[in-house]
Amino acid sequence: MTPRILPGFRLTLGYTVLYLSLIVLIPLSTIILKTATLSWSQFLSVVASPRALAAYRLSLGASLAAALINVVFGTVVAWTLARYDFPGRRLMDGLVDLPFALPTAVAGIAMTTLYAPNGWLGRYAAFLGIKVAYTSLGIVVVLAFIGLPFVVRTLQPVLQNLDAAMEEAAAALGADRWQTVRRVILPELSPALLTGFALAFARALGEYGSVIFIAGNLPMKTEITPLLIMIKLEQFDYAGATAIALVFLVVSFGLLLGINLLQRRVGIGRLEEGLN
Amino acid sequence: MSAERLPLTEPPFVRRLLIGVTLAYLGLFLLVPLAAVFAKALERGLALYWASVTDPAAVAAIRLTLVTAAIAVPLNTIFGLAAAWAIAKFDFRGKQILLTLIDLPFSVSPVISGMIFVLLFGAQGLLGPWLAAHDVHILFAVPGIILATLFVTVPFVARELIPVMEAQGSEDEEAALTLGAGGWQMFRRVTLPNVTWGLLYGVILCTARATGEFGAVSVVSGHIRGRTNTVPLHVEILYNEYQFSAAFAVASLLCLLALVTLAAKSVAERKRTLAVEPRSAP
Repeated sequence: MTPRILPGFRLTLGYTVLYLSLIVLIPLSTIILKTATLSWSQFLSVVASPRALAAYRLSLGASLAAALINVVFGTVVAWTLARYDFPGRRLMDGLVDLPFALPTAVAGIAMTTLYAPNGWLGRYAAFLGIKVAYTSLGIVVVLAFIGLPFVVRTLQPVLQNLDAAMEEAAAALGADRWQTVRRVILPELSPALLTGFALAFARALGEYGSVIFIAGNLPMKTEITPLLIMIKLEQFDYAGATAIALVFLVVSFGLLLGINLLQRRVGIGRLEEGLN
Repeated sequence: MSAERLPLTEPPFVRRLLIGVTLAYLGLFLLVPLAAVFAKALERGLALYWASVTDPAAVAAIRLTLVTAAIAVPLNTIFGLAAAWAIAKFDFRGKQILLTLIDLPFSVSPVISGMIFVLLFGAQGLLGPWLAAHDVHILFAVPGIILATLFVTVPFVARELIPVMEAQGSEDEEAALTLGAGGWQMFRRVTLPNVTWGLLYGVILCTARATGEFGAVSVVSGHIRGRTNTVPLHVEILYNEYQFSAAFAVASLLCLLALVTLAAKSVAERKRTLAVEPRSAP
């Protein structure tokens, strides 16, 4: 190990570990401690109850749908912002981060008002016979709003830093534009796309504030997992809430880990392709 | 130049289509909701708007939100500086684990973030009986709100500072030390000026989240009007009481704050890039 010239290593590392332990680790460890007070059969009856299973299914399904919407439209938005010039580009670029900056409760009431059957947008949907607010479609819409910046912001720098020579080479070798985009540019984007997808998905899974306003919150139908945890807490069923939270945390970490591994494989695959 | 005839960009109709999709998507998802908040807030006139935002409960909520941010942001800024110094300037085992731990609050649902403090300090919680015996109120009181806010905003400053400090290396600091500066002097005169914009960027994001946090705070607050209601919780209560104009009036304050945040963020972002780039250039 190189000798440390700069001062403050022990002080800053010590403080970092102490602070993280007090604010993050000790509080989080209570989840394990509390779940351990349940017997195995009690645990199972809570986490595998029909109501809990419906909540997991809704949370996973709606978050997946929202993240996929963001992959498609996020790619278009990132592409346009990175490569084209048009009036309003800088304004739009700055506004992309709005879902990060806007408190989720505000997003929730704004979207609910817009998509309610008599709202600015909801009335047109209603005219087409589609109900948005107070259905699972409404949940997807809000989650797509919450996750909007992730795909755009992970793709944009990659698009800006792409080597133009590759595209020129593809074109010079006779590829038409669509072939170049599909075979040269999109593969280059895929690791960043997966990262953006994973971030949007993870954020959507845990989201609470914006969803509860638009969801309608009917048990078995439009009740997301974080809301079910909240309801258990309000009924002072702390052990039940904790058990569901633990399952939810494990499932979401597992999914993210899987996406990370997949991303590494995509990355390595790209590298091998490059070497061959 | 034959290169001009090579297909290096999309045909005009494709470009126009993609720009159209982008404007429609962002307009529908970002501009329309913003417009809706302000339209609903002013629907019943300026007098009601003013009455809603100066209502004693609203003022108390604004005060609590400001107090919470005023405590949580500086604490997490100090933490961010310490963590970034240790991680960016030194090599040690377990660095990756430490980075993962710093990021952890990002991947925990806000409701679960609040729940863990209920498990710790609630009546049936680990420390609950002791706290009750000594008449200390953390849960359903201001300290709980601050703790939950601290938890959800832990990563922001550290996350932004680590790459900036890494990009700048240690040469400037080493030079300062060689020239006889003490540790604090070096930190104040060399390190801080070098990372100002990165630091500011992190602080802006941290402040936005600290003032806007809803789920975690909602679990620990107990919703005592005038005492443990933050601005986002106050918005929820008004909305659930069907006082829509008042709810949107207070929400519009948060929208304005979000817009100021975005503007400040884009300035800090540009300055930060300028601060890092001359060094990464060969």
